[in-house]
Amino acid sequence: MKAGTKFLIGAAVIVASVGFLITEGVKETGVYFLTPTELASKTAADPTFYDVGLKMGAKVVPGSIRRDPATREIDFKVSDGRQIYPVRYRGLVPDTFTDANDIEVVVEGRLGHDGVFHATDVLAKCGSRYEAAKPTRA
Amino acid sequence: MTLLGQFALWTAFLLGLWCAVVGFSGRWRGRPDLTASVTRGVYGICAALLVAAACLWKALVTHDFSLEYVWAYTSRNLPTYYVLSAFWAGQKGSLLFWALVLSLFASAAQALSSRRYAALLPYVAAVTSAVVAFFVSVMLFAANPFERLAFTPLDGRGLNPQLQNVGMTIHPPMLYLGYISITIPFAFAIAALLSRKLDTGWIHAIRKWTIVSWIFLSVGITLGMWWAYVELGWGGYWAWDPVENASLLPWLTMTAFLHSVMIQEKRGMLKRWNLGLIVGTFMLSIFGTFITRSGVIASVHSFTQSNVGYFFLAFLVVAGAFGFTLLYTRWPQLEPEARLESMVSREAAFLFNNLLFVGIAFSVLWGTLFPILSELVRGTKITVGPPFFNRVNVPLGLLLLALTGIGPLIAWRKASTSNLRRQFTWPLGAGGVTALVLLALGMRDGYALIAFSLAGFVAGTVTQEFFRGVRARRRIHGDSLPMAFIRLVGRNRRRYGGYIVHVGILIYCVGFAGMAFKREREATLKPGQSVELRSPYGHTYRFTHVGISQYQALNRIVSAATVQVARDGKAEGVMTSEKRQHFTMENGDKVPSFEPSTEVAIRSDLREDLYIVFAGPVNGTEEAVYRFTINPLVWWIWYGGFVLLFGGIVTMWPGDGSPMPAPARRTQAGYGVTLVGAGERS
Repeated sequence: MKAGTKFLIGAAVIVASVGFLITEGVKETGVYFLTPTELASKTAADPTFYDVGLKMGAKVVPGSIRRDPATREIDFKVSDGRQIYPVRYRGLVPDTFTDANDIEVVVEGRLGHDGVFHATDVLAKCGSRYEAAKPTRA
Repeated sequence: MTLLGQFALWTAFLLGLWCAVVGFSGRWRGRPDLTASVTRGVYGICAALLVAAACLWKALVTHDFSLEYVWAYTSRNLPTYYVLSAFWAGQKGSLLFWALVLSLFASAAQALSSRRYAALLPYVAAVTSAVVAFFVSVMLFAANPFERLAFTPLDGRGLNPQLQNVGMTIHPPMLYLGYISITIPFAFAIAALLSRKLDTGWIHAIRKWTIVSWIFLSVGITLGMWWAYVELGWGGYWAWDPVENASLLPWLTMTAFLHSVMIQEKRGMLKRWNLGLIVGTFMLSIFGTFITRSGVIASVHSFTQSNVGYFFLAFLVVAGAFGFTLLYTRWPQLEPEARLESMVSREAAFLFNNLLFVGIAFSVLWGTLFPILSELVRGTKITVGPPFFNRVNVPLGLLLLALTGIGPLIAWRKASTSNLRRQFTWPLGAGGVTALVLLALGMRDGYALIAFSLAGFVAGTVTQEFFRGVRARRRIHGDSLPMAFIRLVGRNRRRYGGYIVHVGILIYCVGFAGMAFKREREATLKPGQSVELRSPYGHTYRFTHVGISQYQALNRIVSAATVQVARDGKAEGVMTSEKRQHFTMENGDKVPSFEPSTEVAIRSDLREDLYIVFAGPVNGTEEAVYRFTINPLVWWIWYGGFVLLFGGIVTMWPGDGSPMPAPARRTQAGYGVTLVGAGERS
């Protein structure tokens, strides 16, 4: 067999492995990324959609955060303007997580049958992190 | 000042258009006046952008809050150092920074390139000027740093406290320098295609540029990891966030390119692949900018969503279409001069190395874009996170690490069995011993074991290369040991600098593998209470909460929580983590600016980091919420960064660095595939 042919076989093996790792990886670790409205319509259409691992992107409802520092439990509500979900999380949240001005969050976890989203991870993105809204004259 | 800045931007834009039009048209052939005009145009753009930059810096330093940019990123109580670095802290300023640096690089490419590339340089000028003109046009039409507010506020909004960190002032410009300098190799590649001078000339012309840009990218990425680790307080340094991935992508393809050009120089193979890689790398650098600035992919890092991103998307499409069409039209002239002779050869090792780098880049790109792709195809957004990237990239990365050790040991063309035995015995032994020792010590994590053993193998390879090189010098030239070592590296900088870079990479890998043994615990503690955490080395750490103190510093209120640390019952001193609330003064009142930020307490040594995050007090009492983390071997990553930087500098140190006659070099093992043929030396 010529070296070129052998190399092509080796290359095909690598390409196939990369492809396999990617497809398997997506199948095993991929999770839905939904808005509260999309999640509501999913559960309405398919009751087995509770307790499925997913990510939800929404805004924190201003003033909704209740913290219990002793147990490190945090309850808050998220909304996309139409649908609201209560979220429960135990752990430390990033500094950018506040309920001041429409903070965008991504919560990872599952929606329980109790209607509460049990989060295993909370990521906060702050709109003011790098860019500011223009000042208005006081 | 703003008027002058505006005027400078327009000047740069129009000059850029002129250089691009004349340069691309090729009308300068046989017209020394037009050729000179293009070169001068490049310098002119640079001068105009220097003026614009000076205007912005002056506005920042003099606190001219009538400029929206100055208001948004600085305040009167901001330390001067951060006022100066605010130049690139925001979208608009960083665009100006980008354009400025690119024009400086473009001028350097014109001024420093040897006259033997004269037939390429006007084309190079055309490409760089077109790119600069594009960046300036984004400023002029979408994100103008000289935009004025309708009135002049008394004070600015201040810089985000998380950006008030030395790493964060150096990390973005480093990364930008890496991204930006990719434009120069890209420009030379396009110039080679346009002028049909498709020998290795363009590769020689850009050799230093590719190494420079690779070093900047590497250092920029490492600094970003360091910043995330010490400043963000989540206990890690890499989260596979889209913005992080965006910086990794061009690094991966650039690394592939650094290796594959050696095959082209040595054997005249892979011409099409190399051109494709460099066009792809340039596209990935623009893609990174698009990801970072458009907000199309949810990232915790993104700049505010703005239409600026779509400028970059359009530019990406145009640049890619142009580059690859050009490559296609020159396809027949890029026939390889040699064929692969054996699977057991340096060429084959390099080919697999390239496939793996591109494979990793593809999987990272795929994972990053997956939310968008799945929404397009299936209608629902599906995301993949760190578990996906680790699953895919850890095995591929380990294969690459193995190739790092294999490549330098195999001869070019076709390795004989005796060659293999001679070369592999010691390195394989080193890897095997590493594995046995770690197994005996009780390490059972599969991937980590493989990673450490491969690191031992690579270390064996590099040591053997240095050892044999030094021994040969001593025998032939009778040098003393240190002199033999210095001369060996000095006379063959590319090869031995490359080895030093490999040592840096293996040190990084040791650090990455250490994260498999991370230990973590959260706790709420009253003063006097404590928790214990077992380190992976079998020690028991006890953390005792001492108390919280509060004080006011220049522009912030600080709550500092102090922890007493003991290891196996022996006191190890105290560590203090802080919660900071920054404020600005308004009418004599303190108004909080930004969210509170955390100062992590970190104590590092070569074995492990103690990493303590104070998450806040409980309802104003002295009871505190903490996260305690033990991160093994993290220090190795930063240390690997220094080794890599050092190796990179050795590699690109000015001068020839390879005095041996070319024919002798053909047969020797090692990376030192410099210039075959007379081109470089004439």
